Amino acid sequence: MNWRTIITIARKDIKEATQNRSVWLPLLIVPLIFVVLMPLGMILGISTVRGSEANPLNDPDFVMFIERMPEFLSETIRGMDQTQSGIVLLIGYLFAPFFLIMPLMFSTVIAAESFAGERERKTIEALLYTPATDTELFLGKLLAAFTPAVLITWGGFIAYTIVVNATAYPVMNRIWFPLPSWYPLILWVSPAISLLGVAVTVLISAKVQTFMGAYQSSGSLVLLVLALLAGQATGILYLSVLTGILIGLVLLIIDGVLMMYAIRTFNRSALLATID
Amino acid sequence: MNESIVIEHLSHRFDERYALRDINYEVRQGEVFALLGPNGAGKTTTIRLLNGLYKPTEGRIHVFGKDPLREGSAIRKETGVLTETTALYERLTARENLLFFGRLYGLPESLLLKRTDEILQFFALNGRADDRVSAYSKGMKQRLALARAFLNHPRILYLDEPTASLDPESTLQVHELIELLSREDGRTVFLCTHHLVEAEKLADRVAILNNGNLLALGTIEELGRRFCPGMWVDIMLLNPIEDKLTPENLRGVLAFEHEGNTLRFQVQEESVIPMLVSELVARKAEITRVNPQKVSLEDIYFKLQNEVRESAS
Repeated sequence: MNWRTIITIARKDIKEATQNRSVWLPLLIVPLIFVVLMPLGMILGISTVRGSEANPLNDPDFVMFIERMPEFLSETIRGMDQTQSGIVLLIGYLFAPFFLIMPLMFSTVIAAESFAGERERKTIEALLYTPATDTELFLGKLLAAFTPAVLITWGGFIAYTIVVNATAYPVMNRIWFPLPSWYPLILWVSPAISLLGVAVTVLISAKVQTFMGAYQSSGSLVLLVLALLAGQATGILYLSVLTGILIGLVLLIIDGVLMMYAIRTFNRSALLATID
Repeated sequence: MNESIVIEHLSHRFDERYALRDINYEVRQGEVFALLGPNGAGKTTTIRLLNGLYKPTEGRIHVFGKDPLREGSAIRKETGVLTETTALYERLTARENLLFFGRLYGLPESLLLKRTDEILQFFALNGRADDRVSAYSKGMKQRLALARAFLNHPRILYLDEPTASLDPESTLQVHELIELLSREDGRTVFLCTHHLVEAEKLADRVAILNNGNLLALGTIEELGRRFCPGMWVDIMLLNPIEDKLTPENLRGVLAFEHEGNTLRFQVQEESVIPMLVSELVARKAEITRVNPQKVSLEDIYFKLQNEVRESAS
């Protein structure tokens, strides 16, 4: 295995992806919305209506949601007033699945560009005539999608931490974020879900002809995360440290199985058959 | 002369369709070898098999004595391929394209930087080296793709339709570059083309394919002697000759045609021409010009392809 080859392919693919507006635009806009605008708007909104009758935190559904929550969450908000606990639950808890949507989106868009886009433009043939082995080509492209997806998510998490603590400071009077359940989510689940995005996109890329086709088909994976979001919002599922570790583990097992299939589809003969 | 490529009983099938059928030939180190045939004859498939991109259905291939399937990576390190489409990264600059491929060929960084500069200059692209390839003309892209194929100084340079869709000026430039590259260091050039003039101009030996079958192999002279025996000679006269001429009353003449003051003879070989001229002079012919016509690759190619078509029908 030649790592210079793998890194060269990854760097080239990342460079090409950053020059395709259909790729870099979502990479810029999505974190901006999830990491800055939405938390900022919510914290400011909740802080503004503090103590007023119109406070949405007085909503009976929300009150019931708080009553039903498990022990570890009640512990977190014990001793807080209604606004403080509202901020913790919304920003520190309900928002968490967005940090799974981001790595999933980033990894699928770059993988679609890297795998299907290269075939669509027929540049892959010249690549297949180089001494790089099938495995090196695959790993180079995998790295090109996985690394930026994880790094942008981590960067987004740091930015989110700063935005949330700074904006909520007048209400919370302390640095309260991140909550413990975020560490497995960011360090364990988000890389696993990035890999899932890459593996599914590689498999779909073998069947579709274009970058857009691959991206749109694999984009349906976001439904998985939306289900998680709905689960949290309705109180069916609670994302604790343990749940995070378990979800990550299950995802990694699925990743492993899908990757085995993906590597099998990625060989020179199969790739040439799709460009002729 | 050593063989760069040895192909023995090679067949390759896509589902039920044979792309190549029981092919045998060798390509010698240092020669320009042209593989000719219509679209779909099996030319590109041959290049892919020789580089280990496909697994042959039957038969054996050796490139530098190695099996492309087992040692594909090692073989590809010593070959360069100009693909039918330029397959360049259009969002990257010419220099970035070359640096990327140079790294995949394992060239050390300092050598790669030096060679990239040299090669851009050699292919007259140094003035636009840092422009994105998308801004290049077709001819420039083809030169850059050729530069990429030559970057690792390959022992075998495969050229798949190197001048397809190029204008005459760019075609001439590419031909000159191929001639220049083929003269260096005993490099083998494996040229796939359906441009017969191009093959005639550049190739030492040719192989003619049709529908996956090898129809002929050899130098153009050898193929001419074998498939188009005899040669045509045009003789121009000042006035029409009065004697009635037939192939039977002229020694060494296989066929005869005439149009006005021009007589066309098909003769067995070149040595017949002086005898033919003496014979005509003896018959009071006033000869103004004698123009022997060599058998062209086009004559050979179409004769073989037509034979295949006729036998199929």
